[in-house]
Amino acid sequence: MRPFSYDRAAGAPGDAGTTWLAGGTTLLDLMKLDVMRPERLADINGLGLAEVRLDAQGLHLGALARMAEVAGNAEVQRHFPVVAQSLALAASQQLRNMASLGGNVLQRTRCPYFRDPSHAACNKRNPGSGCGAMDGANRLQAVLGTSDACIAAYPGDFAQALVALDAEVTLRGAAGERRMRFADLHVQPGTTPERETTLRPGELITGFTVPAGPWAARSLYLKVRDRESYAFALASAAVALDLDGKVVREARIALGGVATVPWRAAEAEADLRGKVLDEASATRAAEAAFAAARTHGENAFKPELGRRTLVRALLLAKRMEA
Amino acid sequence: MTAPAESGGLERRFLLGGGAMLPLLAGTATAQPTPATPAHEGRSMEMTLQVNGQAHRLALDSRTTLLDALREHMGLTGSKKGCDQGQCGACTVLLDGRPVLACLTLAAGVGTRPVITIEGLHGRDGGLHPMQQAFLDQDAFQCGYCTPGQIISAVACVRQGHAGSAEEIREFMSGNLCRCAAYPQIVAAVQQAAPLVEQG
Ligand SMILES: Cc1cc2nc3c(=O)[nH]c(=O)nc-3n(C[C@H](O)[C@H](O)[C@H](O)COP(=O)(O)OP(=O)(O)OC[C@H]3O[C@@H](n4cnc5c(N)ncnc54)[C@H](O)[C@@H]3O)c2cc1C
Ligand code: FES
Ligand code: FES
Repeated sequence: MRPFSYDRAAGAPGDAGTTWLAGGTTLLDLMKLDVMRPERLADINGLGLAEVRLDAQGLHLGALARMAEVAGNAEVQRHFPVVAQSLALAASQQLRNMASLGGNVLQRTRCPYFRDPSHAACNKRNPGSGCGAMDGANRLQAVLGTSDACIAAYPGDFAQALVALDAEVTLRGAAGERRMRFADLHVQPGTTPERETTLRPGELITGFTVPAGPWAARSLYLKVRDRESYAFALASAAVALDLDGKVVREARIALGGVATVPWRAAEAEADLRGKVLDEASATRAAEAAFAAARTHGENAFKPELGRRTLVRALLLAKRMEA
Repeated sequence: MTAPAESGGLERRFLLGGGAMLPLLAGTATAQPTPATPAHEGRSMEMTLQVNGQAHRLALDSRTTLLDALREHMGLTGSKKGCDQGQCGACTVLLDGRPVLACLTLAAGVGTRPVITIEGLHGRDGGLHPMQQAFLDQDAFQCGYCTPGQIISAVACVRQGHAGSAEEIREFMSGNLCRCAAYPQIVAAVQQAAPLVEQG
C-alpha cells in the first residue's frame, strides 16, 4: 500500500484530493491492489448519517447506515422487501457489518483486468490503454450498457433496488446540499469508462430516500450466482409490482450482474403495463429487457440467464401477499 | 470517534499496554515497496487499542490494518491472514461485538471500540469457551487455519440469534471459507455449542 495520511473528517465538503473512508471494504482492498492510490483519507464514520427511518414519504437511509443493519430491519423487510433482500444477499455477514450504504453504491467493478495493475490494458484504470476483458476473461462482464472501451459489470446489488424504486440520493458539497435521482448517479462507460458517477470532487453522499409507492410492498430481489451465498450476481432482478388483480398497473424493474451500471429495464416495464402477468407476458418483457444485449464470448450465457431470472422474479412477486 | 486523530510524531514507540513489552516494528508486514510514491511518507500515528479487555498503546504507520496491528505489533497471532483482501474470513474478529474483517479495517479507525480476538475467548471457568470445545468435539477442522475466524463468527452467530437451523448457520457463516471443507462439522459444532452460549 502506498503511504497516505489519515484524519477524521469534520464534515463535507472535502477538498479535492481527499478520499472519504467509510467501511473501507472497497477502498482498502483496492489500495492494497494498488488500483486506488489516495494520498489523504478522511474517515467519515464519526459523522453520524446512520438513520433508518420510515414515514409517509417513504424510507430514509443515512449514507453511513451499515448494510447488516438495514438488511435486518423488520420494517424495511416488511415495507420495502427488495431493499432488505438486496442487502441481505450481498457479500458476507462480516462485510455487511462493516460496509456502509454510501460506500456500497460506489463499489468498483470486479473486472479482473481492472483489479490487477499488472495487466497493462484497462481503459477504466488507465484511460486509453485498451480493454483486456473484451477478448479475454469476460464471463462476469456486462452485456447491457457496454461500449467499445469497456464492458466491466457494475457488481453491487443494493443499487438495483434503489433504481427500481425511483430513489433519490442526497449529496453535500462545496455548493451546499443537492438531491438528484439515484438513477442519475452512475454513468455508462461510453468513451470515458474512468468516469463512473456524476459526483463532484469532494462531494459526500449523505443519504437516500426511497419513495413510498403502491409497488414497494410487493417487491423482491432475486440473485443468481455461482454459489448459494457470498458471491456476486451473475444475473439479478429487482422487481416491484402494483397489481390490479392479475393486471399490471405498474412494474418497476432493475437488473444486476448483466450491465455496466445499475440498469433500469424501462422497455420491460412498458411492455408489462396493462397486461395480465403470466409466464408469457413476463417472457416477452424479459425479451424486451435484453433486446440490446451484446455478448463477448464467455458471457454469452448472460442474456438467457438474465431473462430467466427476470421471469422468475416477476412470477414470484406476483405470488407475494402484499 | 471524537478527537481528530494525530498524524504527527514519527518517533518510534514501545508497546505499553497489556503487560507485554514488544519492540514496535517500523512499517507493516504487508507494506509493499512503493515506487513513485506521493510527496509525503506514510504517517506514524499514536493510538490506544482496546483488545481482549486490555489497552494497547501503539504508534503505527497509518497503513497498518487491525490484522497487522494484532499480529505484528501485539503478538496476537491467533487471527489469521488468509487472503488479506476481505475474501476468506480467516481474520474475523469482534469489533463492538460484531464480526468484522481485520484485514480491511485500518487500525487508526478502530478508536475506543472493543476488539475481541480468538485469544480473548474463554469459558466461565477460564478454560475453553464452549464453542472452542464444540469445535474439538465435532472435529470441525483439519489444518486449523480458518478455525479462529470460524469460531469468532460462530460465537456471533449464536449470540445474535442466527443459529436456529443449519441453513441459517451456513448463511451467517458463509464469509468464513474452509479450504479443508470441514463445513458439515463446523455446522454441527455451532449447533452443539448454541445452547451453552448466551444470546444478546
Ligand atoms: C469479498 C467481497 C464480496 C463482496 N460481495 C458483494 C456482493 O455480493 N454484493 C454487493 O453489493 N457488494 C459486495 N461486496 C462489496 C461491498 O458491499 C462493498 O465493498 C461495500 O458495500 C463498500 O462500502 P464501504 O462502506 O466499505 O465503502 P468504502 O470502501 O469505505 O468506500 C468505497 C468508495 O466510496 C467512497 N465513499 C464511501 N462513502 C462515501 C460517501 N458517503 N460519500 C461519497 N463517497 C463515499 C470512498 O471514497 C470509496 O471510493 C463485496 C466485497 C468483498 C470484499
Ligand atoms: S485475511 Fe481477511 S478476509 Fe482473508
Ligand atoms: S480447517 Fe483447514 S482451512 Fe478450515
